[in-house]
Amino acid sequence: MYIETKSHAQTVVEGLYRDVERRIAASPPGLCPVDMALSFLRLCHAQTCGKCSPCRIGLGQLTRLVESVLEGEATLDTIDLIEKTARVIADSADCAIGFEAAEMVLRGVRGFREDYVEHIVNNRCITGLTQPVPCVSLCPASVDIPGYIALIHEKRYADAVRLIRKDNPFPGTCAYVCEHPCEARCRRSMVDAAVNICGLKRYAIDQAGVVPAPPCAPETGRRVAVIGGGPGGLSAAYFLSLMGHKVVVYDKLEKLGGMLRYGIPDYRLPQHILDADIDCILSTGVEVHTGVAIGQDIPFERLEDEFDAIYLSIGAQNDKKIGIPGEDSTGVLSAVELLRAVGSGNPPDFTGKRVVVIGGGNVSMDATRTARRLGAASVTCMYRRRVEDMTALAEEIEDAAAEGCEIVPLQAPVAIEADETGKVCAIVTRPQQIGPVGKDGRPRPINAGTPDLHTPCDVVIVAIGQGIDSKTFEEAGIPTVRGAISALPDSLVQGKPKVFAGGDAVTGPATVIRAVAAGKVAAANIDAFLGYHHEISVDVEVPPARLSTAPACGRVQPGSRPAAERVCDFELATCGMTEGEAMQESSRCLRCDHFGYGNFKGGRQERW
Amino acid sequence: MVNATINGRAVCVPEGTTIKEAAESVGIRIPTLCYFKDLNEIGACRVCCVEVEGETRMLPSCNNPLREGMVIHTNSPRARETRRVNVELILSQHDCHCATCVRSGNCALQKLSNDLGILVNPYEEDLPHGIHAKWTTTFPLFRDAKKCIKCMRCVQVCEKMQSLGIWELTGSGGRSTIDVSYNRRIRDADCALCGQCVTHCPVGALRERDDVDRALEALADPEKITVVQIAPAVRTAWGEAFGLPREQATVARLTAGLRQMGFDYIFDTAFSADLTIMEEAAEFLERLKAGALAQNPMFTSCCPGWVRFLKSQYPEMTPLLSTAKSPQQMFGAAAKSWFASRLGVDPKKIYCISIMPCLAKKAECDLPTMRNEAYGKDVDLVLTTREVDRLLRSDNIDVCALPEEPCDDPMGVGTGAGVIFGATGGVMEAALRTAYFLVTGENPPADAFRDVRGERGWREADFEIAGQLLHVAVASGLGNARRLVEAVRAGEVRYDFVEIMACPGGCSGGGGQPIRDGEELAYTRGAVLYGLDEIADLRYSHENPSVQALYREYLGAPLSEPAETLLHTEHSGWFMPGHPDYEKR
Repeated sequence: MYIETKSHAQTVVEGLYRDVERRIAASPPGLCPVDMALSFLRLCHAQTCGKCSPCRIGLGQLTRLVESVLEGEATLDTIDLIEKTARVIADSADCAIGFEAAEMVLRGVRGFREDYVEHIVNNRCITGLTQPVPCVSLCPASVDIPGYIALIHEKRYADAVRLIRKDNPFPGTCAYVCEHPCEARCRRSMVDAAVNICGLKRYAIDQAGVVPAPPCAPETGRRVAVIGGGPGGLSAAYFLSLMGHKVVVYDKLEKLGGMLRYGIPDYRLPQHILDADIDCILSTGVEVHTGVAIGQDIPFERLEDEFDAIYLSIGAQNDKKIGIPGEDSTGVLSAVELLRAVGSGNPPDFTGKRVVVIGGGNVSMDATRTARRLGAASVTCMYRRRVEDMTALAEEIEDAAAEGCEIVPLQAPVAIEADETGKVCAIVTRPQQIGPVGKDGRPRPINAGTPDLHTPCDVVIVAIGQGIDSKTFEEAGIPTVRGAISALPDSLVQGKPKVFAGGDAVTGPATVIRAVAAGKVAAANIDAFLGYHHEISVDVEVPPARLSTAPACGRVQPGSRPAAERVCDFELATCGMTEGEAMQESSRCLRCDHFGYGNFKGGRQERW
Repeated sequence: MVNATINGRAVCVPEGTTIKEAAESVGIRIPTLCYFKDLNEIGACRVCCVEVEGETRMLPSCNNPLREGMVIHTNSPRARETRRVNVELILSQHDCHCATCVRSGNCALQKLSNDLGILVNPYEEDLPHGIHAKWTTTFPLFRDAKKCIKCMRCVQVCEKMQSLGIWELTGSGGRSTIDVSYNRRIRDADCALCGQCVTHCPVGALRERDDVDRALEALADPEKITVVQIAPAVRTAWGEAFGLPREQATVARLTAGLRQMGFDYIFDTAFSADLTIMEEAAEFLERLKAGALAQNPMFTSCCPGWVRFLKSQYPEMTPLLSTAKSPQQMFGAAAKSWFASRLGVDPKKIYCISIMPCLAKKAECDLPTMRNEAYGKDVDLVLTTREVDRLLRSDNIDVCALPEEPCDDPMGVGTGAGVIFGATGGVMEAALRTAYFLVTGENPPADAFRDVRGERGWREADFEIAGQLLHVAVASGLGNARRLVEAVRAGEVRYDFVEIMACPGGCSGGGGQPIRDGEELAYTRGAVLYGLDEIADLRYSHENPSVQALYREYLGAPLSEPAETLLHTEHSGWFMPGHPDYEKR
């Protein structure tokens, strides 16, 4: 016997495996699914140990068959043969190397059969590389990311903000709270790791100071009402205003911002950052009526009469109930209620209280960390799945833990207990174990069969999602599906010629940037509906790409203020980049707008 | 006991019985390709997969024990599809030119494909080509990469049974294949040439170097006097390919067939086996008397696979081998000297062909030490039992209709002692019979030493000859040989005389014998030899009249100078691969 030491070759190969993992993660959208299936199959076949014939031979034959599809040498019967072969391999290969590879082929041949057919019948692929810059194509608002990173590298921060505003009038807000889908497939991952795009944007915002909005187009005399002054509504308002239309925004709360103001705690998004974005939007001449609820204070029909178009962006602000006994006890409140109270300047006092938060999303983390800052003696976040199944961003969970909040996974709430005065005194949860993977690809929790957990507490905060308060609009004839407003991809509401809708109210609770994107789409389509074709552009010259890219280099990830310090206030928790960090990080951008497919097609969209 | 249902039939079998065996117990056959009982139960081919209710995937029946309450289907639509597709996949990587394959008609894959009625394979042929399809044409063991189905039996038999590990699964992924281990070429490997990989191959991927054409060339050459010797073990098996019952597949019937083909003289290697005994028994007694066996035994030298094994694995033990040549080589030496002089011909005209159950014999006859300036090689050509069957078939000899004919004189005479050389323990038994005579001057009862017989891979026996206690041991199969040698080296055992044969069961289970897929016939065949010995008129090598004549007319006595020159060899006169002097050869 001896201690195994890795050979040099094995060490190198394992490095390559990590490279491949990152490379797959950085796959650009729009690749041919059949060709990718073939490539995966080749990889799987290379992993074969060689013992059992279905895996050793079968995967090779499958490769040939899929290849024949791509080569235009297959017939429609080939698809059946591929399916049969994969079925037998999945059924009879001796280990997961074989049967899982075949399962992948089966999933593909069933999942994108039409692409197989297209290859066979027309020798063409259904898909195509339409958006070659990964970050831009994954940004719902299609912000010119390589452009503003290049500007940041030239220290032209105001220009960077102006360039962002071409597509997103919430550069400040997004700099702090965007979930940055743009980073998911950053091509830089193929070299080392994704560029910290969001962090760079924050650096630009922090350096730029006040950047005025561009001038509006000549007035058109057309009037557009926007119902809901959240990020979606205000984005639509901003762009419509720039296009020369008269926009009036109605919001039922006292201040604009929607969930940005009443849902996101200040330690994540300082009010002045949000205010700066809103000030700029309003500077384009948007008229605002806050504290006005459409349907109650003003009938929806009146807006239909008075305006040429209406954009419905009411968001998803209703609480969802768990539906367990004791939920109406005193001391049970929803995350939305809590965060709104804090956002309105009326925070509850949790001093000395034991708080339990139910839920595993970003809102539950916001509630958890807010409760901590409100003086709670203890904050426990309970979730029915595992920590790795929580939908909250990993850094939010880590920050909550660092701030002394306890995360208790695998507990499903079954009852809330109250004392004789009706006040919460405990929560009863049923221990779960993680179980089989469901249709959504996530493992489901199932009862572990162990005794219920009894956790004494004084406050229970329910953060299991939000609903849409669409009843008023439903009564006014707006079609809905399970509360969500039905709108077409171009934001039009069927049966209501001048009404458009978008954002959380249509999709259910999502992200800021998706709301912004929805507002942008709505603005373009409302403009067209009104008979115009205004273009939104910006006169910022983007610096040319540098010829050589930086060698492999770590991703800059600024930290947070010390936990013990930050839990005492609602000041910003996270730190920004230093200038040195911002320069290094911005130099990591590979400029996909210029290199690769980008300088051929779709590299830079200068106007929309 | 375990109860289950297979194809609707109730089965009840002892715990641990595999699904396949359980099915067979109620007459339900499940085909296999890679499976070989106790040797290769790895579920590689997936042809034996069955559907078990409640299981998400198909299960190989060869290596999964039957469990209580299982409901199994061997012929459900899913089972049929799995079996057929897997066979089709295997066929796609198999050179299906059956008409030119040595195993046509005796091929597990061919039979399976025919049984399944596969007439068109939906999968494109995908055979190795270029350098990956190449193999040496001169080495006695031939591998056809295009026919290998990667069942792994050769890997297992060489490693587990023969302890040599010549074959290995090489490469990875779709390029995985079988090749010589440690990235060696076969001619540079320490292959003993036992041929067990060949007899365990379910298809035609492994075979001997085919020398049938050279035999036909010799026949066609009017200048050559063809002298054929038939090894003892050949008479146990040569008729299998013709469907001839063992009792009819005699050496006399084979003689008639070969004579019909035109070979000039047909002799019996049992003759030279007796001759070997004369020399080896005398040598043993001499070593014994000289006290040379106090620590280490004398090893038999008649099995060239064993000689190759010892020389490559334990080269420093080479001097323990008897210096007596093997019966094959003694026969050649005698044929080209004594017999040539009796015929009054130039010994160089004699073309000596031996029919052997063995691949190692092909290498042995080519050794630089197995020749002589006067006549060249002792033996010119070796054909395996399988090759001689092919030779007979090529001339359309209807062996079943042949009358029995005796071998020629004088080297066609062998005693029962010579005949049992073809079975494990036979050499030892024959040698002890004659040693007893040499020491005591009288014959022991013929069955006095039958304790060395048996099917255990390593057997021991003690005998007393004239007051001297002898510890002897017999081993067959190189894995057993290795265990025995290691025990000798460790001082755990001490023997005077050890017989080793490379193939389990001895030459009757030799690597050159006819192949019956999945069956080990060595002991069934060996029983034929012991039966022949039992009914033989002569059962002591020293009573062989032809051997006596040879000594009288030509050699004088065992271990005499002419006997040493012709019948003994320097085992140190050649090297196995891996030896520092190998390349100087």
